[in-house]
Amino acid sequence: MEEQSCWLRTSVEGQSLTVNGGGEWTVQNLAYLDQLLGGLEFDNFSHVTLDVAGLTALDTAGAHIIHRLMNELDRGKIEVVLSGLAVAYRPLLEIVAEADDQQHDPLREDSSLILAMFERVGRALIDALIEAKSLVNFFGLTIIAFASAIAKPRRFRPIALINQIEQTGFNAVLIVCLLNFLIGVVIAYQGAVQLRQFGAEIFMIDGLAFGIPREIAVLITAIVVAGRSGSAFTAQIGTMQVNQEVDALKVVGLDPIEVLVLPRINALLITLPMLVFLADVAGLMGGGLMAVLVLDLTVGQFMNRLEDVISLQHFLVGLVKAPVFAYIIAIVGCFEGLRVTGSAESVGKMTTKSVVESIVLVILADAVFSILFSALGI
Amino acid sequence: MVSAEHDSIIKIRGLRTQFGEQVIHEGLDLDVRRGEVLGVVGGSGTGKSVLLRTIIGLNSPQGGMIDVLGTDVHQSSEADRQLLRTRLGVLFQDGALFSSLTVCENIQVPMREHLRMPIELMDELAALKIAMVGLPPNAGPKFPSELSGGMRKRAGLARALSVDPEIIFLDEPTAGLDPIGAAAFDRLIRELQSSLGLTVFMVTHDLDSLTAICDRVAVLVEKKIRVATMAEHMDDPHPWIQEYFKGPRARAALSAGSGQAEMV
Repeated sequence: MEEQSCWLRTSVEGQSLTVNGGGEWTVQNLAYLDQLLGGLEFDNFSHVTLDVAGLTALDTAGAHIIHRLMNELDRGKIEVVLSGLAVAYRPLLEIVAEADDQQHDPLREDSSLILAMFERVGRALIDALIEAKSLVNFFGLTIIAFASAIAKPRRFRPIALINQIEQTGFNAVLIVCLLNFLIGVVIAYQGAVQLRQFGAEIFMIDGLAFGIPREIAVLITAIVVAGRSGSAFTAQIGTMQVNQEVDALKVVGLDPIEVLVLPRINALLITLPMLVFLADVAGLMGGGLMAVLVLDLTVGQFMNRLEDVISLQHFLVGLVKAPVFAYIIAIVGCFEGLRVTGSAESVGKMTTKSVVESIVLVILADAVFSILFSALGI
Repeated sequence: MVSAEHDSIIKIRGLRTQFGEQVIHEGLDLDVRRGEVLGVVGGSGTGKSVLLRTIIGLNSPQGGMIDVLGTDVHQSSEADRQLLRTRLGVLFQDGALFSSLTVCENIQVPMREHLRMPIELMDELAALKIAMVGLPPNAGPKFPSELSGGMRKRAGLARALSVDPEIIFLDEPTAGLDPIGAAAFDRLIRELQSSLGLTVFMVTHDLDSLTAICDRVAVLVEKKIRVATMAEHMDDPHPWIQEYFKGPRARAALSAGSGQAEMV
């Protein structure tokens, strides 16, 4: 329907061709017009008249195509005349011609696929190294802030600290306990199913007593806290960065590391070990529930067996890791928050990055601990 | 091109908008004529941006009627409204460019969405629009984050002009630009408006823009709108209008504006 609202007609007189155009030469009809014009043969003519007296509407797209046609003919050494252009359209054609005649660079950056791949890998590597360096630098800064705060305890900012303890610790209790309880259930069940083949289901309790306090509880809790609090740190500090609040802090003479970062690190250092303790209990309870249901033990029997096999050492191994993980999560969260630049978009990007980075580093640290403990024979 | 001198292209009758208890507009009438540049001013919180959002259909009014290019913005069918959208262009305050797309791709979004044309033609049109709004020749493949504030606005304008709308809505087009950049942007709008035959609906706080490019000025006071030329507003006894148009800043802008007119 739209395609009929514009038309082209040609008439030949010896060496000269007259093209009559009319209707609505607008962006809606542009593709059709382009096709019509593309179908015309100009090579055999020395003189072309483009008569646009029949136009009922013209916009920048239509003006562009007129100008383009005239340019093409001009370049082909064909004499071309535009006639019948309404006075009202003249400024439009002028402004479009002027804009069209400006040189412009390619609209897309083209690059070969393989080269782009190498470039990406290289860039990612360099970026990661630079980031690692500044993270280590940031770690040093927090230590300095911590040391100078010891001299003046007021600098620990008790109100901010307690607020952060509530948010990162108290508010996380339910989710941490629930998840660890469920993990306890899963491990107990899977263990019992496998061990039943040897008639050794009872050793599932040994597995629980060893695995949960030593590895599972602390890892699961650290991951939950990284997702919950690490991301919150980045988002909070990042938003402040966008609003220039961080700059405002510096201007009034406050150190952002002391005001924003230190309370968060300290809060996590306090809360994560506590959460890990609760997670230990919840995980063992989950396992115990499964033991009672699947192994048909009584609660008393389960407790007896657990008491025989559990040791303080496993519990302490788990608890020792907690503050290290807390430090990793807190500094990565705050570091990425402070690296937010300008836009709201970068808050989202940095938040994602902070969660991924802190989980990766936590698991890395856990692996290092494992090697360390096995070398020490603990 | 202008068929009738006073042909209303936007017609608002008895508009009422409110958020909760707070009434923003009450019985507001407004006519925007084809081919004019209308500046909309008003104190903070008088609902200038709300009015703009209501006209383009982003905000539903509690009462009244808005007719744009013969289509009722809030009552007509989705298909009609979709058609209407291709005839309107909007420049949001900071350009509102899609941050994941390049300038060229941003300009092509409306073309891709509403029209069917080969990519070569879309590229030609994008290059044309980039040159028309005065962006540098290397702007096409850049991402919005690589542009300055003024360039983002120009790119936003290029996107608004992408499929040749009949009306463009500008939300504080010169806010955040330096005076030279703002004056250049004003000139660009005026130039495009006159050569493309656009109707411009412009929310602004910039008195220089008002005097330099607006044919008429609409003032939002007491939940209604008063439209007149600058000179007529001068005689309006309403205290806010008096203060707005006769304050020191207005006088400076006016004298500069008349100076420019004399030079031309």
